[in-house]
Amino acid sequence: MKEHVDIDKHVRTYVLVFVALMALTLITVGVSYLHLSTGPAIALALLIAVVKGSLVACYFMHLLSEKKLVYAVLIFTVIFFLAVLLGPVLTNLDEVSL
Amino acid sequence: MSSVIPYTVEARPDTGLNNVKIGIWLFLASEVMLFGALFASYILLRVGAPTWPRGADILNVPLATVNTLVLISSSVTMVMSWASLVKKNFGRFRLFMGGTVLLGFVFLGIKYIEYSTKLHHGLLPSSSTFLAIYFTLTGLHALHVIGGMTVNAYLWGPGASMWKESPQQFTNRVETAGLFWHFVDLVWIFLFPVLYLL
Amino acid sequence: MAQGDTHEQGSGSAPEGAPEHDAHHAPDHGSDHGEAGFWRTYVFSVDHKVIGIQYTITGFLFLLFGFCLMLLMRWQIANPGEALPVIGRWFGDNTMPGGIMLPEFYNQLGAMHGTIMVFLGVVPLAFGGFGNYVVPLQIGAPDMAFPRLNMASYWVYFVGGIVMLASFFVPGGAAQSGWTSYPPLAVINPTGQTVWLFGMALLITSSLLGSVNFITTIVQLRAPGLTWTRLPFFVWAQLVTAFLLLLAFPPLEAAAFMQLMDRLADTSFFLPSGLVVGGAVLDQVSGGGSPILWQHLFWFLAHPEVYVLILPAMGIVAEVIANNTRKPLWGYSSMVYSVWAIGFMSFIVWAHHMFLTGMGTVMNAFFQTTTMIISVPSVIILTCLILSLWGGSIRFSVPMLFALAFLPMFGIGGLTGLPLGLAATDIHLHDTYYVIGHFHYVVAPGTIFALFAGIYYWFPKATGRKMSTWLGHLHFWPSFVAMNLIFFPMFIQGMQGMQRRLFDGGATYVHTQSVLHWNTVIMVAAWTMALFQLPFIFNFFWSIWKGEKVSDNPWQATTLEWQAPSPPPHGNFAQVPSVHRGPYDYSVPGADRDFTPQTDRGPEPVPAE
Repeated sequence: MKEHVDIDKHVRTYVLVFVALMALTLITVGVSYLHLSTGPAIALALLIAVVKGSLVACYFMHLLSEKKLVYAVLIFTVIFFLAVLLGPVLTNLDEVSL
Repeated sequence: MSSVIPYTVEARPDTGLNNVKIGIWLFLASEVMLFGALFASYILLRVGAPTWPRGADILNVPLATVNTLVLISSSVTMVMSWASLVKKNFGRFRLFMGGTVLLGFVFLGIKYIEYSTKLHHGLLPSSSTFLAIYFTLTGLHALHVIGGMTVNAYLWGPGASMWKESPQQFTNRVETAGLFWHFVDLVWIFLFPVLYLL
Repeated sequence: MAQGDTHEQGSGSAPEGAPEHDAHHAPDHGSDHGEAGFWRTYVFSVDHKVIGIQYTITGFLFLLFGFCLMLLMRWQIANPGEALPVIGRWFGDNTMPGGIMLPEFYNQLGAMHGTIMVFLGVVPLAFGGFGNYVVPLQIGAPDMAFPRLNMASYWVYFVGGIVMLASFFVPGGAAQSGWTSYPPLAVINPTGQTVWLFGMALLITSSLLGSVNFITTIVQLRAPGLTWTRLPFFVWAQLVTAFLLLLAFPPLEAAAFMQLMDRLADTSFFLPSGLVVGGAVLDQVSGGGSPILWQHLFWFLAHPEVYVLILPAMGIVAEVIANNTRKPLWGYSSMVYSVWAIGFMSFIVWAHHMFLTGMGTVMNAFFQTTTMIISVPSVIILTCLILSLWGGSIRFSVPMLFALAFLPMFGIGGLTGLPLGLAATDIHLHDTYYVIGHFHYVVAPGTIFALFAGIYYWFPKATGRKMSTWLGHLHFWPSFVAMNLIFFPMFIQGMQGMQRRLFDGGATYVHTQSVLHWNTVIMVAAWTMALFQLPFIFNFFWSIWKGEKVSDNPWQATTLEWQAPSPPPHGNFAQVPSVHRGPYDYSVPGADRDFTPQTDRGPEPVPAE
């Protein structure tokens, strides 16, 4: 059946994603040995993490082919996630010391 | 047949989803908020602290790197176990799912080593806010790993008997468990650099 | 299997008042759950109706308990230092030696009154009780999407409730740092606070399980033809409520976990450096924590939580008003958009509870702005409900009395929120009795009245009998007067500067002396209100066995639940209903009666908004 044929393509993708994730892990550890200053260090580490996370979400979790309803729930979740993540610290700006 | 609940296995046409698929994504959304709050706490505590240690100075980066690779591998074996079921290969499913559970044990084992070393050296959650948030974040994550492993072990073992009567439903269950497991991996992908590398 | 029914669902053409004939009743399917014994049928049932009733009764019991805690508090506030007659002697020396309330006990009563009313009373009743019972019926579903998860969510709630009650009996008594549990105080308080945190963890878990179930059910199990625009407003309200619970509770779960760590593992998530307790510096902890962190995480939940308290109530009022005006709701689409707007905005207003924590003018301005914005959809919903009365053929049934009362009460509650939501005025009103007056107006003569309306309205569906109308009036009128006598004076006291959570009712302050007499008024009104809940309690239980028997649709309502038998059997509908029209087709021109059920085919209805 159609799903059976597609699944072989998926499996190839899984292997590629696996390799990419391993590589990115080693890269992110390597970058940490560069001892960049805090700002760039955080930005780079988060960027790599976002890429890795997106690979897991899009391919392992099949988010690329998910339905609109799931996308809608997740988009709002991300908005509220950002609210809880950033809200508290934004209200304490006079104490920032990165 | 009015008391049978529809769309437990087959998808509802207008949403394109079955009930469990929606259920697990909703649950994962709540988990995003849970870990989000902990990351928010990390940010606030770090930003308000006069000094903050470098993760590498206190934590074991090489060991945690290995753990990261372990968890990523377990995500691959997990998705492969589902793919095997799609290809109707039950034996392969058993193999990959078993591998996932095994890798989960390795992850927990390494975490155990990390924790016991810390406690042995008197590095407790009460020692600093860094250690407090480290133990809490990784501890809660580890609890999720245990939870996921329990489900996976059940699907590998007694739960697998469903394959004979309702293969599609069983395949869906494995996919659902996979979504949870990938999420656990996803959280670690962010936990690892934040705690260990920054 | 009732496949042999040749008549359509919804051909309930038997005249109202006549007991329904049995053809509608689908035989109870023994094949589904075998010969289910007493325990599986009534205690560990997976049927949403049983679970809904369990939530309702348990919720009401907790509401009553929380109410009693308040009655004790109001005595103390009005008569500080005086022994409570008769009842005072029942309490031990840890709490009320000689019948005189200790400040610590007052604080326990305060913290637990809030906790119990919000988390063990109103939400389980409004969401768990009404939601579970009515939603599957209103969408034409046989049950919730995950029946076993549903049962689990009830029992986790039940255990959480027991844990909370048990906290009164641990050394040091129950939690005593307000329902808000602010650190550092909450961290250093006695054991009861730890028990509270565990109780909260259980309650949050129960809510999460429930919310997953509700959303999945409403999305997936709507009957054929029940499109989104034909959904009763009650279901929309419950859907948004479920999302609030799903996404707002986890941060409190995280915070509760961290506070437990602070209390049990000596961490310093919320303990600042150099904290001095009882003259001694707290030196076994690292310090470096942030009490403000708790406030952010707590209010991130607690603000959406107040919308969890009000939205189901608005849903109930909408149903009752449409039914008792015999016309469609005015502005249905506006109401639906508004309820989503409220849901979204509720996540970004939380720090209006923290205006006095020194966040700075920029963040104060941000949260003040979002708070003002959220009042718009709330007003839209209230306005639509009020406008729905215009030109209606109003039937003053008991549910309608409560629903009508809701409107001005919620209006007062909402309007008094505005000076609280504006940072400049909040400086004077924060932590005063004005706040208590504000939120109680919304929850007590607001939500709780709506819940009463719901009970009187849906009682016939659950039991096949009506509650006594006369007792309903005896319940309603004195309660309505008493509610206002209890809570209106609080605005006066608050504007005079009388603070909250004073165990002696403000007796020692110069600036409160002119408003202290209101404490006695409030106490008398509270005890009077207690008295007039007795007709309701009696009515509820008496009517289950002796109430007037009625047909399946005694209110002549249009929504799907009224097409099922009263009470509905396991599986609800003999055949899956087929929906052909909107939820409020009352007084359709050309129809032969003043209501057209959603399952009726026939001439096109008046275009719905």
